[in-house]
Amino acid sequence: MCGIVGLFLKDKALEPELGRLTAAMLHEMCGRGPDSAGFAVYGSGAGGTSKICAVRRASNLDWADVAKRLEQAIGRKVRYEIIEDHAVIRIDGDGTAARTWLIENVPEATVLSEGEAIEIYKGVGDPDAISERLRLASFSGTHAIGHTRMATESAVTIAGSHPFSTGRDTCLVHNGSLSNHNRLRETLRRHGERFQTENDTEVAAGYLSWRMKAGDSLEQSLEHALDDLDGFYTFVVGTRDGFAVLRDPIACKPAVMAETDAWVAFGSEFRALAALPGIDAARIWEPAPATVYAWSRS
Amino acid sequence: MPSVRMGVKTAHDTRNTSLDMASLSLRQVNETLQKAEAGAFAVANPRGAHALAAGLTTPIDVTIDGHVGYYCGGMNQEASVTINGNAGTGVAENMMSGRVHVKGDASQSAGATGCGGLLVIDGNASARLGISLRGLDIVVKGSIGHMAAFMAQAGNIVVLGDAGDALGDSIYEARLFVRGKVKSLGTDCIAKEMREEHRTLLRGLLDAAGIGPEVDVAEFTRYGSARTLYHFHIDNLGSY
Repeated sequence: MCGIVGLFLKDKALEPELGRLTAAMLHEMCGRGPDSAGFAVYGSGAGGTSKICAVRRASNLDWADVAKRLEQAIGRKVRYEIIEDHAVIRIDGDGTAARTWLIENVPEATVLSEGEAIEIYKGVGDPDAISERLRLASFSGTHAIGHTRMATESAVTIAGSHPFSTGRDTCLVHNGSLSNHNRLRETLRRHGERFQTENDTEVAAGYLSWRMKAGDSLEQSLEHALDDLDGFYTFVVGTRDGFAVLRDPIACKPAVMAETDAWVAFGSEFRALAALPGIDAARIWEPAPATVYAWSRS
Repeated sequence: MPSVRMGVKTAHDTRNTSLDMASLSLRQVNETLQKAEAGAFAVANPRGAHALAAGLTTPIDVTIDGHVGYYCGGMNQEASVTINGNAGTGVAENMMSGRVHVKGDASQSAGATGCGGLLVIDGNASARLGISLRGLDIVVKGSIGHMAAFMAQAGNIVVLGDAGDALGDSIYEARLFVRGKVKSLGTDCIAKEMREEHRTLLRGLLDAAGIGPEVDVAEFTRYGSARTLYHFHIDNLGSY
């Protein structure tokens, strides 16, 4: 199973409500994925700085020590904020090198995201408890993607929870299972992509990051995914300014979308969308198989 | 418990009963509907709930205002269920008799394995409509997705719009009538001659779905089984 929700706001007035609306949507999908959950929120990015979200795997991890070592390694000022078992690390400029350093030098943590606006949080257990503990309802922002997981392809761990992010300000959630991820992971590694898990979805995220680094737009990267990814999938993808949906050619996994002048929303089932403001007047449809749906803020 | 059932009957067959899911649970609503022997019921605020009005066995009339989740009207016998909204996966799946009417769109596997009765969809239906159909009649006023009528054994499907890929793959004796374009036919499904008996049958199905003479049966093409996959044949090994 697995449940997916996504909300892309067009109306700025709703931005303070993003977390509250997303938490309510995620709540409806608890039954589809009771073993773990995660969410990505695109908040306001301070120009020229990067945020790195990480979650500790060992309870004795000292974030102050990690920050100090990172500061020495990259030669830039590092600030951090601890939120439960997560930390949001802030640095000036691009965070790519810092992300790489953390993955290579801090095995007691999993790096969840890096970018100007994106923050990713994940947990194991009841999705409602996770969104409450990590204060999802308190977030404001422009768009958010959430996932409730019923694991099939790899272990129930924080690292195996969605969303997966392998590129700057980019994330992906997945309902389904890929069948060619092992071979594709090796190909992408040869192209320089880094993976932290044995999870199939992380390979799809790495694939899209690789295509977009090579110059593809979000839409183009998903068009290429139709050729190169084999298996069952409903994907919801977020970028700094964009939001996209793709289903496999036989539409194995469920999907419902709705759009008004104020927002675009995705749910694995309609009940995830039922409480959105203005849903009664929304255009509601089932995304067609093998068809890329994308929105962006220009 | 005949006396209890009689009590419910008396309460429900004399007036319209409103069931508001803003205050009633899915189980309370389904229990009320499943115990009723007659009457008309209006269900409000379904909010995508699953298995709503499933397993009804009496000729009651149910109108649902809003969008429903999976398996609405599933296993229906004799009841008439109208959905003023969209329906999720498996609406009217395995229905035996009666009528289910979706005023909006239907998601995947609408009418799957249905044995009898009539399913009318005013909008579009997505993938796998009428998969393994066994006698239900389905009329779709819009278009349908891929793999419709896969392994359909009996019953009729009428589509006023277009059909997606692999229509009627491995079909047995169900009859398919499509007015628009068919993107592709599945294995062993072919276009067939429309004879007088088929025109009469199709007119009857359109009438039953409330579609008037403005839709002409001459505009439809009939599709059905080429009957080459019925029995094991060594030359067909690659197709099995």
